[in-house]
Amino acid sequence: MIRRYLPLLATLALLVIGYVICAFEFKNFLSFRVIGNLLTDNAFLGITAVGMTFAVISGGIDLSVGSVIAFTTILIAVLVQWYGVHPLAAFAVALAVGALIGAGMGSIIHYLRLPPFIVTLTGMFLIRGISFQISTESIGIDHEFYATLTDFGLRIGRGKLSLLAMIMLAVVAAGTVLLHRMRFGANVYAIGGNIASAKLMGVPVPSTTVRIYMLSSTLAALAGIVFSLYTTAGNSLNCVGVELDAIASVVIGGTLLTGGYGFMVGTLAGVLLQGLIQTFITFDGTLSSWWTKIIIGILLFSFILLQRLITKFGQKK
Amino acid sequence: MKQSPKDSGANKPFRVFRGLPQLSMLALILVINVINSPSFFNVTIQDGRLFGSIIDVFYRGAPVAILALGMTPVIATGGIDLSVGAVIAIAGAVTATLAQTELAGWQIISLALLTGLACGLWNGLLVSWLGIQPFVATLILMVSGRGMAQMITEGKILTFTNPSVDFISRSAFLTVPTAIIIMMLVLALGWVLLRGTALGMFVESTGINRVASTNVGVKTGAVLATVYMWCGFCAAIAGLIITSDIRGADANNAGLWLEMDAILAVVIGGTSLLGGRFSLGFSLIGAMIIQAMNTGILVSGFKPELNYIVKALVVLAVLCAQSPALRNFTARLGQKRRAAV
Repeated sequence: MIRRYLPLLATLALLVIGYVICAFEFKNFLSFRVIGNLLTDNAFLGITAVGMTFAVISGGIDLSVGSVIAFTTILIAVLVQWYGVHPLAAFAVALAVGALIGAGMGSIIHYLRLPPFIVTLTGMFLIRGISFQISTESIGIDHEFYATLTDFGLRIGRGKLSLLAMIMLAVVAAGTVLLHRMRFGANVYAIGGNIASAKLMGVPVPSTTVRIYMLSSTLAALAGIVFSLYTTAGNSLNCVGVELDAIASVVIGGTLLTGGYGFMVGTLAGVLLQGLIQTFITFDGTLSSWWTKIIIGILLFSFILLQRLITKFGQKK
Repeated sequence: MKQSPKDSGANKPFRVFRGLPQLSMLALILVINVINSPSFFNVTIQDGRLFGSIIDVFYRGAPVAILALGMTPVIATGGIDLSVGAVIAIAGAVTATLAQTELAGWQIISLALLTGLACGLWNGLLVSWLGIQPFVATLILMVSGRGMAQMITEGKILTFTNPSVDFISRSAFLTVPTAIIIMMLVLALGWVLLRGTALGMFVESTGINRVASTNVGVKTGAVLATVYMWCGFCAAIAGLIITSDIRGADANNAGLWLEMDAILAVVIGGTSLLGGRFSLGFSLIGAMIIQAMNTGILVSGFKPELNYIVKALVVLAVLCAQSPALRNFTARLGQKRRAAV
């Protein structure tokens, strides 16, 4: 039982220890403002990582999420600025397009029996290329509805729980229910555990696979909406490499990259841990930004090693 | 030519000689390029060096071709190396930093190559010794590698003037640019290593079935470690060429997305991502196909960004053609037709 929760407990312990260290170094870490900013700054990553968790637990991967985010921001910017569409309508279009992209990739993965990572890699190129075709310039979004949305937030003390942070927390909550309490979630675990036995048990593998990638792409589109609210602009160069950050969050959160094991709450902890490292480096001022990448690399390695040891230990018994 | 059992027999209705699809694709792209820009095949000699669009295809394509040569045996073992872009950045950072010191040219080059070998050894140990899936194992270096490169250059874009490094990409031997010669040397070295010895066969057998290969006595762990080291070595050579070409090291952008181009080149060259049979020569042709498309798009005046879409569609087409599901489907169609006759 303890072994089942060990990676998750390690992540949570690391998050708590990291937070305590940060709070000892800089008292401001205890303020609601820093916590609020931590949630707001990482909202788009958190939303993306929720979708990625489903893909990874099913034994797959989605490398196209960064491109989908960039594409969404540019699509919304073009619709709002050039064609005068209301942002809400643009959001709906963006989510629908995201779902379509995911459905396409999911179908190719399932029906052509191709490895998910190469299919989504192709998707990443294709979608990035299409965004470049729309515009290589950054397009600022100037709409009063945007101003209303970005100002919206719950004041807590001197800090603010922004709309973006609320969306992220809601997505994590919904993702947790979907993964741990619904039939779809159980099917995802079954496919990730062993696709052949999942099929024999009567899990609808085709529709589940397609839905997993639809979910991941739709959430990436939602992350794109959040990102466009965050920067109030659309740019086809946005979020290069976010797929790696999202995968890192999922893995640091204790999810097994071979599939079949993982928790949504761990993913949130993974996202926050990365955000914490970044905030600490900004606060410190003397540390350089590249340490973020190196520390995340070390964390990735340690967690993959931990998982490897646990599975090896489990097999011997 | 060796045949894997999958390809032999009645499953293949149209049996053509190997490499025909790749060669005709390259020819087709070159013909389109000539139609778009009639001066495509014009070659002139300037400053003792060949110049022209067709030379540019080879010259600009050399780094990706070298990466593809490194990636080919890795993919043949059923693995993948996502870290080559980061290794290019690290090797570039090492080269640029050392180029500002008093070290001799050969010392700088050997240290850069050693860095590449060390990166490859790291990946190889994770894959063979710890048994981590290749794309996860190399992801670690892909994420942290650029951070290390930035650490080496201290976050700056280092530029340098050092004739002993410049020669790697900026000079010519018998009017042929050195980058092209290095590419051919890497091909020759790879061929000797993999086909001149039994290593190539061990690589293929590991890729087809690792457990069975171990049981017949192939040291699959050592084979895996070797191919990842070879891949890191090739990435370092590509890094040297790129660094010498721009006379500087940019830890953030050097080799960005080149891992995708390299994988694409290998896949176009006909090596299956599921492992097994491979061919270094066709991977090289695959890299040339990609660069011919790049150059063609540039000379015909389209936005260079169109490249991404074209590349993605090409790889999708090749993947569909390789897909076991689709192949079974067409084979079944062929059998039905034969039965009907």
